[in-house]
Amino acid sequence: MIEKSTDKTKRGLAQMLKGGVIMDVVNAEQAKIAEDAGAVAVMALERVPADIRAAGGVARMADPKKIKEIMKAVTIPVMAKARIGHFVEAQILEALEVDYIDESEVLTPADEKYHINKSNFKVPFVCGARNLGEALRRIAEGADMIRTKGEAGTGNIIEAVKHMRCVNEEIRALKGLGKEELIVKAKEYGAPFELIQETAALGRLPVVNFAAGGIATPADAALMMQLGCDGVFVGSGIFKSDNPEQRAKSIVEATTHYNDPKVLASVSEGLGEAMKGIAIDEIPESEKMQVRGW
Amino acid sequence: MKVGVLALQGAVQEHLKMIEKCGHQPIPVKTIAHLNQVKRLIIPGGESTTISKLLVKYHLNEKIAELYNRYGLPIFGTCAGMILLAKQIEGQKQDILGLIDITVRRNAFGRQINSFEAELEINGITPPLFRGIFIRAPYISKAGKEVRILASFRENIVLAQQKNILVSSFHPELGDDLRIHRFFIEKIN
Repeated sequence: MIEKSTDKTKRGLAQMLKGGVIMDVVNAEQAKIAEDAGAVAVMALERVPADIRAAGGVARMADPKKIKEIMKAVTIPVMAKARIGHFVEAQILEALEVDYIDESEVLTPADEKYHINKSNFKVPFVCGARNLGEALRRIAEGADMIRTKGEAGTGNIIEAVKHMRCVNEEIRALKGLGKEELIVKAKEYGAPFELIQETAALGRLPVVNFAAGGIATPADAALMMQLGCDGVFVGSGIFKSDNPEQRAKSIVEATTHYNDPKVLASVSEGLGEAMKGIAIDEIPESEKMQVRGW
Repeated sequence: MKVGVLALQGAVQEHLKMIEKCGHQPIPVKTIAHLNQVKRLIIPGGESTTISKLLVKYHLNEKIAELYNRYGLPIFGTCAGMILLAKQIEGQKQDILGLIDITVRRNAFGRQINSFEAELEINGITPPLFRGIFIRAPYISKAGKEVRILASFRENIVLAQQKNILVSSFHPELGDDLRIHRFFIEKIN
């Protein structure tokens, strides 16, 4: 008797990625560079977020041909992005047998009201969140992994820090509350009571939580790890920098040795220019990716 | 007893918790200094390519091999850990640890969509059956004469032992069943 696609296998893959770096790649060559640098997985997409931001227009799921090329090029897990609410893009990604689907605010949303019912799928999902309520709503819909959103394609860590701190503070605030108080919290956060209760008991999210959106340096990765995330996504930060190979390796090492400033000093040395980056207040509210999804 | 878990990447916390539940002292191992403290070592599931690069970069692979060859340090590798401990890996060069005479096939059951749970019979441990959680799991396609086969799934070897090395395709650290961890900590010597 065997059972496939159980909660344990779906959440379990994310557990295997902990302490690692998931890198955005747009072709087989970049995927290979990421794998050689020690990435635990790659995210296959048409353009990195910085280019999506620059290009404007509608950003969609990547061409299946490209995703297949990337899957062929590496032995590590391959993730791919579907638009928020676009369950047919997700069905296509499942048919391609990608290892994880990211229902992502980096792409243009397809539904202004509903996210994908992720419990319907055999392939696990990761979703973005800015706070505890958003994270738990995604888990209720079937997400098996969470990433704090940050602000993708900016090379600016401030929003990732804000979202990680927010989730941490809200989890800490649940500590020691009685059932009646947790019920009010569930209402306040718009999240199912059972998940609030489970989070309170665990003192952390019930699934793996990575940081994303703005990580550009080894120090950024270590900062997010010290703030308590389980691992990091690096989008534009690697392939929009001067020396992607070396930067990718250094970010991998910094994520492992995040608590050792001597290692961090050594891996931060001589990496060349990081991606240029954007100040958050230069981005009009309507162009912020993090506000997509609810 | 101080039982180490290689903490470069992967499901480290899960193993640390299992060790604690077995009544022993868990130690996350990131450096040679940590390695010198432990009486046993678990190499967890994670990405074998990532862990192998970090092992080599910080010379931990040489130290682990030395502790095993000279002092017989008991080592338990789960999933990625099994790949790192195998003498041969199908289709690629093995130059990391290679301490157990087996050949492994990576992602042998397919991609994530084929990850599964199954009840296993394990020599010396079951009954009752042990629930194995297989995630993009490898299996042992060939085992040397010295290797004791402890469990198979559909004729593929998924748990094996040679001297002080224990390897599993699946993840006992993701369940609540302590029997394999107890076996490693208490029986292998």
